[in-house]
Amino acid sequence: MLGPFNYVIWGAGLIIQVYIVVCLLARKESFRYFSLQAYVAATAITTIVHFIVLRDFGFTSSQYRYTYYYSECVLTVLLYLVVMGLYSHVFQELGASTDVRIATVLLLVGVAGFSYLVVRHDAGFLSGKFALEISQNLYFVGAVLTYGLWVVVLKLRETRARLVQLVLAMGIYFSALAVVYALRNMVPRFELLLHALPPLVSLWLPASWAYTFTRIPEEARLAPSELAAESR
Amino acid sequence: MITILICLASVAALLQFFISYARSLVTSYSKLGVSDQVLNLAEPHSKDIGSEEFPRLRQLAGLCPARGDDRFGIQTVGAYYELVSFGRTIFNPISMVSRWLEDERIGCSHFAAVALERRIQHSRSLLGH
Repeated sequence: MLGPFNYVIWGAGLIIQVYIVVCLLARKESFRYFSLQAYVAATAITTIVHFIVLRDFGFTSSQYRYTYYYSECVLTVLLYLVVMGLYSHVFQELGASTDVRIATVLLLVGVAGFSYLVVRHDAGFLSGKFALEISQNLYFVGAVLTYGLWVVVLKLRETRARLVQLVLAMGIYFSALAVVYALRNMVPRFELLLHALPPLVSLWLPASWAYTFTRIPEEARLAPSELAAESR
Repeated sequence: MITILICLASVAALLQFFISYARSLVTSYSKLGVSDQVLNLAEPHSKDIGSEEFPRLRQLAGLCPARGDDRFGIQTVGAYYELVSFGRTIFNPISMVSRWLEDERIGCSHFAAVALERRIQHSRSLLGH
């Protein structure tokens, strides 16, 4: 059963998501951050759909469970597109946007193929264990992709503060969720405790993005080398 | 086995991302100066802000009316300050690491001082209206 904590997280998440979409529209930056805005809008819609399914079918229903895990998978794939969008921002000046598009298509084909194989293998079987494993793997792939992007940012000495913060916030989100799902997979005893963490971590991403779009102007610059732990 | 590896790699990545993110926030405030008034609040007899001042400055910032756009930053840097303080307790015998962690704590305190400065200015502008 969901408690007030979950409803507060839901409500806060929805407000922040709507704020980001409106903020980007008002500043005419929708085109620049198209994939990010599409992802945030999709997350807001998903939040509303989750609420309707929960209200109509209940928390323990299979309808809610399927809606929750499948929409999480779709949103994670959309978030991969955001990562690829940020890759194309970073590679913009090198004129490598075609390569990024090819990599995006390959990545999507790979994820779709992997998901198809997994679903065919476990057809009609969305057990808790299966859902945890697929979520853990998807988030880990996201963390690896974002880590690659962070390495590229450091190597190319990318100085756009907004871009750097968007990438790092996404890295925190992916790796935190990969840790939580891996722990839930490894120590089912703490399921009750760890079950509360994903919604909390999910709030991190829109909150950090909202902060970046509000506080960091597009023209702000910083030296990523200053952010690496060994130098200052 | 794979799950354990994924967990360990993700923890390492999480730490690295979080440290870099928090430093990006601290760095963005590091070039901003602090008025004598805030310096007096932080360290009455010194021109520098000490590493131990973060909790007090944060508390003082919490007493001022918030602009609403810096709460997330203050909370994130607060978490970073706790992490760095914990690291300093562990790595205290290694002077090089300990010194670096101390610098980080000073950076966090400076961040809190600038946040306090901004909030004081905001309060003044509210009073002006």
